[in-house]
Amino acid sequence: MSSIGTGYDLSASQFSPDGRVYQIEYAGKAVEMSGTVIGMRGKDGIVLAVEKIVTSQLYEDDAATRIFTVDKNIGIAIAGLLADGRYIVDIARQEAANFRQQFERTIPLKQLTERVSAYVHAYTLYSAVRPFGVSVILASWDEEQGPQLYKIEPSGTSFGYFACASGKAEQQAKTEMEKLKFAEMSVEDLVQNAGKIIYQVHDELRNKDFHFEMSLISKETKGLHRLNPQPWYDQAVQAGLAAKNEDDSDNEI
Amino acid sequence: MYSHNNIFQTELWKGGPSPGQFYNFPGTNYNNSNTGGFTAPDIFGSKRSSSPITTGTSVIGVKFDGGVMIAADNLVSYGSLARYQDVQRVFKINEKTIIGAGGDFADFQSLKRSIDQKMVEDMCYQDDIDMKPKSLYNWLTRILYNRRSRINPLWLEMVVGGMQDGEPFLGHVDLRGRAYEDDVVATGFGKHFALPLVREQISNGEVLTLNQASQVLRKCMEVLYYRDCRAISKYSVAVSTAQGTIVQGPFEVNQNWALATMIKGY
Repeated sequence: MSSIGTGYDLSASQFSPDGRVYQIEYAGKAVEMSGTVIGMRGKDGIVLAVEKIVTSQLYEDDAATRIFTVDKNIGIAIAGLLADGRYIVDIARQEAANFRQQFERTIPLKQLTERVSAYVHAYTLYSAVRPFGVSVILASWDEEQGPQLYKIEPSGTSFGYFACASGKAEQQAKTEMEKLKFAEMSVEDLVQNAGKIIYQVHDELRNKDFHFEMSLISKETKGLHRLNPQPWYDQAVQAGLAAKNEDDSDNEI
Repeated sequence: MYSHNNIFQTELWKGGPSPGQFYNFPGTNYNNSNTGGFTAPDIFGSKRSSSPITTGTSVIGVKFDGGVMIAADNLVSYGSLARYQDVQRVFKINEKTIIGAGGDFADFQSLKRSIDQKMVEDMCYQDDIDMKPKSLYNWLTRILYNRRSRINPLWLEMVVGGMQDGEPFLGHVDLRGRAYEDDVVATGFGKHFALPLVREQISNGEVLTLNQASQVLRKCMEVLYYRDCRAISKYSVAVSTAQGTIVQGPFEVNQNWALATMIKGY
């Protein structure tokens, strides 16, 4: 790490000679240290799930949550520095509130993503600021548009996804997701697969304990973004534990 | 809730429009502060609202066994002109709260945007705690009293209802910030025509059933349609029970004009 980017990595406002902005890449490193966060889009619902790593037994269960409500049917999951993430969520809420004030309806997720990613991008342009050390996954569902899923990187780039992941086990989670057919997936399947993936990618050797967190937006939640909703939360945890036990018994043979 | 954290934003959107205004790039020097004395004093001084423009008429609310009902017709008038005849004047605020509005409809629409935003903020806390009707009722009294104290009232008369900790709640708030709770409340002409009709039904201290409540509201809307020149025959009803809130309608009141042929001299 000490040799790379020498001389060109102190400011976000300067390129290196080979065309890289190191501050943005370091922000990406902050995301890679974070617990895994996934978002998956099904036929008629959308789920966000988080591997919340428990750094101390003294925290309450709901401490340091990584899933936030931005508007009635919009949720955000954060991978990376939590304090940066909360600030981004606050910006997103202001954008959503402003849109509501002007047009008296919920902001389309595409527009919210554009506004927030423009904001994140602005923090990669100046020497006086540092980029956000977060990857932001935005999810929404409504009757007209169906499920929508976007991810914003620390660089301020954003794309729409069928399913996406960020954090420690991004690659592993993506590999698992590529096996699934999302277009025809029911809410039950979606939730169970989310539980499976998070429990499977959790590395017990490196981080002993974690807390599973998820949120759901679908017709069944009355089109509202709900954190850890029952009965789906228990379904996800059960599917996750089952998948984990199966993996463990494979290893013993 | 979202007034802080503005340090970078104002710079980032510099030159962009603030809500309701035009782009104002450096050098163009466009003066858009000409608001006709409504938001800031101009050369003639400042102006206040001294009468409503587009108006809704009566709203009636009743408590019944296990809930609350609020009814209002679907008309928004422009003076004596029945201008907008398919407008909802009763609303679901959340699963515990309903509201009905008479008076200046533009004032209500702007107020409702603030209320809706409060409900979104409630959701952002992710603690499953919603605003209860009494809180909304109290908040409205503060807003309306504050505006009347600036001698620029929001020209409204509203009925707030819902379920407060399992008990029905029903209250009335108006443009002066006056507020009271009762088992039956009404606004505007409804105070004169509808209140006595409902009070007659509950004079023996008996509690109405849901059906009785909906029947008596129907009768009220019918009487108001006949006697209030700013009412139409189409009305909607918001209902709040322990199961949640719902807006029903539009319904048509019973009409009988057979009598009209006997009226002479007009």
